[in-house]
Amino acid sequence: MSGNDKTNGHGVALRVHACAKTFADGTRALEPVTLDVARGETVVLLGPSGCGKTTLLRIIAGLETPDAGGRILFNEADVTRVPIERRNVGMVFQSYALFPNMNVSDNIGYGLKIRGVSEAERKARIAELVALTGIAGLEHRRVDQLSGGQRQRVALARAVAARPSVLLLDEPLTALDAALRERLRGELNRLLRTLGITAIYVTHDQAEAMALGDRIVVMRRGAIAQVGTPRDIYFAPANRFVAEFVGAANILEAECNAGVLLLPGGRLALANDAAAAALNGHANGRIFAMIRPESIRIIAPDGAALTGEVDSVSFVGDRQRAAIGGVAGKPIMVDVPNSTPIKAGDRVGLSVDPGDIRVLAGDTA
Amino acid sequence: MSKKTFIGLCFVPLAILVAAFFVLPMARLVVTGASGHDGLRTYAAILLDPRYRATLINTILLATATTLATLVISTISGLFLQRHHFPGRAVLIAMLTFPLAFPGVVVGFMIILLAGRQGLIGDVTLRLLGDKQVFAYSLQGLFLGYLYFSIPRVILTIMAAVEKLDPSLEEAARALGAGPWRVVRDVVLPALAPAFIASGAIAFATAMGAFGTAFTLATDIDVLPMLIYTEFTLSANFAVAAALSVGLGLVTWAILALARSFGGNTVAAAG
Amino acid sequence: MKTTRDCLIFLGQLAFTLLVAAFLIVPAVLSMLAGITSNYFLGVKSGLTLQWVLQVWELYHDTIFRSFLIAFSTLAVTLAVGIPAAYALHLRNDRVSRAVEEIITLPLAIPGLAIALALLLTYGGFSDFRRSWLFILVGHAIFTLPFMVRSVMAVFAAIDVKTLDEGAASLGASPWRRFCDVIVPNARPGILAGSLMVVTLSLGEFNLTWMLHTPLTKTLPVGLADSYASMRLEVASAYTLVFFIMIIPLLTAMQVFAGYRGAASGPKR
Repeated sequence: MSGNDKTNGHGVALRVHACAKTFADGTRALEPVTLDVARGETVVLLGPSGCGKTTLLRIIAGLETPDAGGRILFNEADVTRVPIERRNVGMVFQSYALFPNMNVSDNIGYGLKIRGVSEAERKARIAELVALTGIAGLEHRRVDQLSGGQRQRVALARAVAARPSVLLLDEPLTALDAALRERLRGELNRLLRTLGITAIYVTHDQAEAMALGDRIVVMRRGAIAQVGTPRDIYFAPANRFVAEFVGAANILEAECNAGVLLLPGGRLALANDAAAAALNGHANGRIFAMIRPESIRIIAPDGAALTGEVDSVSFVGDRQRAAIGGVAGKPIMVDVPNSTPIKAGDRVGLSVDPGDIRVLAGDTA
Repeated sequence: MSKKTFIGLCFVPLAILVAAFFVLPMARLVVTGASGHDGLRTYAAILLDPRYRATLINTILLATATTLATLVISTISGLFLQRHHFPGRAVLIAMLTFPLAFPGVVVGFMIILLAGRQGLIGDVTLRLLGDKQVFAYSLQGLFLGYLYFSIPRVILTIMAAVEKLDPSLEEAARALGAGPWRVVRDVVLPALAPAFIASGAIAFATAMGAFGTAFTLATDIDVLPMLIYTEFTLSANFAVAAALSVGLGLVTWAILALARSFGGNTVAAAG
Repeated sequence: MKTTRDCLIFLGQLAFTLLVAAFLIVPAVLSMLAGITSNYFLGVKSGLTLQWVLQVWELYHDTIFRSFLIAFSTLAVTLAVGIPAAYALHLRNDRVSRAVEEIITLPLAIPGLAIALALLLTYGGFSDFRRSWLFILVGHAIFTLPFMVRSVMAVFAAIDVKTLDEGAASLGASPWRRFCDVIVPNARPGILAGSLMVVTLSLGEFNLTWMLHTPLTKTLPVGLADSYASMRLEVASAYTLVFFIMIIPLLTAMQVFAGYRGAASGPKR
C-alpha cells in the first residue's frame, strides 16, 4: 500500500458499504451503514454514547467484522477480511494505549520496526514526528513519566509513523481537562491538515466535531442521522435529534397556516421554502420548527408579532442567555447581548429572520 | 477514654500474642543457631560444609525449576482461560483451583497416586511399554509435587493480571502491524511481568520451604526442610537445625521482599 | 477474524489446559475412588465399600475432632486479636504501624518449619503447655493471623472507615461504641473472608503441626501423614476423602463469597 509514500499527503479513499454489526449476545450495535470518505478528508463520527460510532470505527480498523454483506474498501480494494495488523491503519485510542515497557521513541518506532524499516530510517522518521508533534526532548522518557497531553501526542506520532492508509482516532481528547483539550484540538487540526491523511475521528463532543471535521456524520441508535459539513449540520439539521444534539436549539411544535406559525405568544412568519417544506410532509398542519438562540432578537413588546415574559436570565460571559416564557409551549432560549438590559419579569417582544427558522422532518424524539 | 488510648488498647492483644509466640521464639532461634560448640561459625557452615551446601544448591535448583515450569504452564493456561469463553470454562477453572487448599502432605499423596508403586503412571507405562515407571519418591516426584502445589496459586494471579490488561494495548500493537505472537511477546508478556515476579517469588519461596510434600516424598532426597527436620529430630543437632532454619527463613523472606519492591503485591504463600 | 491458525492455537491451548487440569484433578479423583474401593490393586470392579472410611473413623476420629477444635479456637483468637489490630493499624498508618504490619506478616514468608522450631526451642521446656493442644493453637494463630488482619484491613481501606469513625464520633459515640456499632459491622465482609481462610488453613496446616504435636495431640493432617507412611493405600485414601469432605464446603463458600464480592465491587462499565 502507501507504506513508502514519501509525499506528505498519504491515505486512501475509504468506502464503508452496508456495514452492520450484531454482537454475539444479539445486541444490534450498528444498522447497515454506507459511507464514502475521500482521500485526505477528515470525517468525524459524532453521537451520544451507544450510538454505534465506536463500533463503526472498529469495523473500519479491522477490530470487528461487519455482519454478512458489509464491506470495507480502501481505494476500491476489499479489506473486509484483512486483519487489522495487515490493514495498515493508524489508530489513536482513548486511553492512548502506549506500551509501558517501551520509551517514547520505541513506542513511536514500533510500527516501523514491525515493518522491518532499517534503524537509520526509523530514527529519521521518529525525529521528524517528534518535531512535528512538539515532543522533542522526551524521546527517552518512559511513558508513565509523561503528562496527559504529551501522551496524546506520542499516541498520535506512533499512529502516523508508518504512514497508514487511514488514521483512526477514538475520542483522543476525552481523557484531558477542558483547557488542554481546546489547545490540543487546534494542534490536532493543524496536524491533520499538514499530513493530509484520510482520517476518521470519533467523538461525542460537538465542538470538537465542528472544529476538526471536513464533514460530520451524526449517528444515533446505530444509524446515520445526517452527513454534512459542520455548517450544514448546524444550520440545516436534518431532524430534531441532530438539531438538539449539535448546538443549542429551540424546538417549537406549532400549527402552521399559510406560511405562518401560530404560537401562544403570537405569530412567526416562515420563509417561502421552509413553508413549502412544512406543507409537504405535514398535512395536519402541526410542525416542528427549530430556531437557534442566537437568531432571536429582543425588541420592544409594543407592536411585536411575538411577545413573552422573561423567566430567568443567566450571565454566560460574552453574552446573557434568557429563558422567555409564554411564547411557545415551553420557555425558549434567547441569546441577548450584554448591552441589552433585561431581567426576570420583563415583557419583551421577539423577532426572528424567517430565513433562520428551520422546519424539521417529523421525528419521534 | 481518648481515641488515642483506645487505639493503643487495640494493639495490646496483638502485642502480647506476637511478642510471646513469634518475636521471642524467633530471637531464641537466632541465638540457638550460634549456641553450638562452633558458635557463630554454625551459620557459616550452611555455606561451607559440603553436605549442607550441596543440599542448599539442590533446593535452590529445584525451587528455580519449579518456579519456571509453573510460570510457563500457568501463563499458557491462564491466558487461554481469561481470553476465551466456552462451555465448561467455569468447571475447568474450578478444577484448576480446587487443589488450592491442599496441604503439602496431601499433595505428596496425590503424587504417590500418580507416580507411586500403585500409581496411574506406573500402571499405564506397564501396559503400554511393559515397564513400570515409579518416580514418586525421586527428585522428579518432588518436582511434580511442588508443581502441583504452585500451579493453582500462580494461575489465579496470572488470570487476575490478564483480566486487568488494557485490551487497547493489544489492539494498538495490532494496528501497528504486530501479528499474534508479536503482540504476546512485545505487549502481553511485558505487561504481565509484575504478576510473574509476584507469583514466581511465592512459588519459589514455598518450594524452598515446603515441608509437607517433602516429608511425604523425599525420604531419600536432600532438600533443606528435610535436612533441618532430620538434624533436629534424629541428630538432636539443635544449633545446626536452628541455623539452617534462620538461613532458609532469610532466603524466602528476602525473595518475597525483593519481589514486593518490584511493585508486585505478594499474596498468600501458605503451605 | 477466525482463521484456521487461530483455531489450531485455540485447540492447542485447550488441550494443554485440559492436560494441566487432569494432572491436578485425576489424582484427587483417584484418591476419592480408592477410599471406597474394596481393593485398589484390583480396581473398582472389586466392589465399593465404606469399610475403609469406617476404619479411618475408628482409628482417627479423635484427630478430626481435634482439628476442628483447634481450627475454631484459632478463629476465635485471630478474631479477638486481628480485628482490633487491623483497626488500629489502619487508623495509625504511620511508620510504626507499618513496621508492626511487616512483623505480623513475616510468618507468611518464613517456612512453618522454622517457626515451629523456634516455638519448640522456646517453650519445649514447659511440659504441660508443650503437651497440650494449646501449643498447636499458638502456632496456628501466629500463622493465620496475617490473613485475618489483611482481609479486614482491605475492607477498611475500601470503605473509608476513617470518615465513618469520625461521623460516629461527631454524633457522640465513645471509641468503644464506635468500634462495636460502626467499625465491626462494616468490616463484616472482610471478617467473613478472613474467617473462612483461617479455618481452611488451620484444618490443613501440617508444617508447624507436625513439629508441635505429641502422640496425644495429633491433628488430621498429622494423621494423614501417619497413614500415608504406614497404612494401606485404601485407608490413606479414605482418610484423604474425609479431609476433602471437610474442606470442600469451606472452599465453595470462599469461591461464592469472592464471586459475590467481585460482582459487588467490580468496575462499572
